[in-house]
Amino acid sequence: MNRTLAPFDRRLGQVEAVDAVGAYRRLRCTDPGGPAPRPGQFYMLAMAERWGGGEDERPYLPRAFSYLRWDAGRLEFLLEDVGPGTRRLAEARPGEEIWLLGPLGAGFTAPRDGRAPLLVGGGIGIVPLLPLQSEIPGPALLGFRDAAHATAGALMEDVELCTDDGSAGHHGLVTELLGARLDGHVEIYACGPPAMLEAVRLMTGERGVPAQLALESGMACGFGACFGCVVPTADGYVRVCVDGPVLEAARLEAVPAH
Amino acid sequence: MRTDLCGIELEHPVINASGTFDAIAAIRAFGDEVLERFPFSAFVSKTITLAPRQGNPPPRLWEAAAGLINSIGLPNKGLDGYLEHDLPVLARLPVPLVVNVMGFTREEVATLVAAVAERDEVAGLELNVSCPNVESGLIMGADPRETAALVERVRPLTAKPLIVKLTPNATDPAAVAEAAEGAGADAVSLVNTLRGMAHHPRTGEPWLGAGTGGVSGPAVRAIALAQVAQVAERVTIPVVGMGGVETGAHAAALLRAGAAVVAVGTESFRDPRAGARVAAELDELLRKERVSAGA
Repeated sequence: MNRTLAPFDRRLGQVEAVDAVGAYRRLRCTDPGGPAPRPGQFYMLAMAERWGGGEDERPYLPRAFSYLRWDAGRLEFLLEDVGPGTRRLAEARPGEEIWLLGPLGAGFTAPRDGRAPLLVGGGIGIVPLLPLQSEIPGPALLGFRDAAHATAGALMEDVELCTDDGSAGHHGLVTELLGARLDGHVEIYACGPPAMLEAVRLMTGERGVPAQLALESGMACGFGACFGCVVPTADGYVRVCVDGPVLEAARLEAVPAH
Repeated sequence: MRTDLCGIELEHPVINASGTFDAIAAIRAFGDEVLERFPFSAFVSKTITLAPRQGNPPPRLWEAAAGLINSIGLPNKGLDGYLEHDLPVLARLPVPLVVNVMGFTREEVATLVAAVAERDEVAGLELNVSCPNVESGLIMGADPRETAALVERVRPLTAKPLIVKLTPNATDPAAVAEAAEGAGADAVSLVNTLRGMAHHPRTGEPWLGAGTGGVSGPAVRAIALAQVAQVAERVTIPVVGMGGVETGAHAAALLRAGAAVVAVGTESFRDPRAGARVAAELDELLRKERVSAGA
């Protein structure tokens, strides 16, 4: 089962710590009464106070995040300050209250036909691969911008690293590492920026290798209400939040750039 | 606090705005708790059209200042798909079901109204008039005569309550409301979203796949309050007021402005149980008002 149902009520957790993991921020909070999520599922997060009134009177809506770790009553997330929502979360102080809704969406499923799992992550997209690896162990190919971001790679095991600027690991793209490891016996689990996922989709499609892609999309609700987070598939648009976020690469017509 | 909306009995005066809560998807995410603790006193469906629609190309959302711009484009399974697949599930809801329909000609709307109204599971219908009549080129709900002609066409098809969902993108929404009442509508609901637009922060091109979209959320609350007050003054049929409601106090303001029932829309995106919370806060507020009034 790749989907734990979420409690219908959003709940208030308490921020316990926000620390640096290389160039990223790790937010740890309590999750009172929350059920155990499945790898690949996500949460909608919003600070209880001062959520709004920032740059351009934002943030307003909660933001979707894959979880990094879950331990009875406690959740961890990894953030990158890219806008008013992630900035407010990154600036959270211990003791502040945070709204949690989740776990949401459908996560990863076990490899088919005895295939060996091969994990492929780009940047902040490594997050859902962390809980996946502790459940389905397999080597991880991880790509980052530079050494400061690549520090987060140490959160995982059995890692082959690369960076865009060559400051850590192989100098190049993670899809180059994937190209060298892609054979008929693996199943790919990937999460990362749209261009990376689109490349993984094309590479695995050409070789007929099954791939499960954890997608990201701007979403207002996270539970199928707004119809805002759609991606094109062979059966038309599907909602990333309730039909995904993990979708079969073979089902997708493209990984949208937004 | 029991309320009556043109013959539809409601447990409390807070329903959902069409297109802001998908009960079927919510059951997938939250399970049967959705049925056991449904947050609204009636469920208003997303807009149903005659033919299935894929909806607009993404991106479909932009977070605006204190609000949201959406260009979803009314994706739905079409009339047949809705009746076959969705209606049996929605019949399990513990509250009355109002089905929102939209057509591109009066005859299309008539076909939809006739087919939906004959189903026992349906308590009432809401007409989405925010689209163009392809025969006249006019937005059905932007012109009083267009609105009257539409309501006159569909009124004889059913005795069930007909609610006309007004668009705020009209010169005089109150005149449209009067026309709807004159043609036999049982209620009007407002506001729908206001036309809005945003640019891609880097390229400067329109962000939304469809170019423009509809603004909702706190950003429209003051506009909604004024339009509800204006419409309520001009019609005698019940008014369903909505626009940026986040709290019981916001709902109370709409009731004070003349609304009989209040709808929660975008706030449900932030809190799936917002409808129940707003209803509880409203109940508490009205209780206190009665106490202080010595009633």
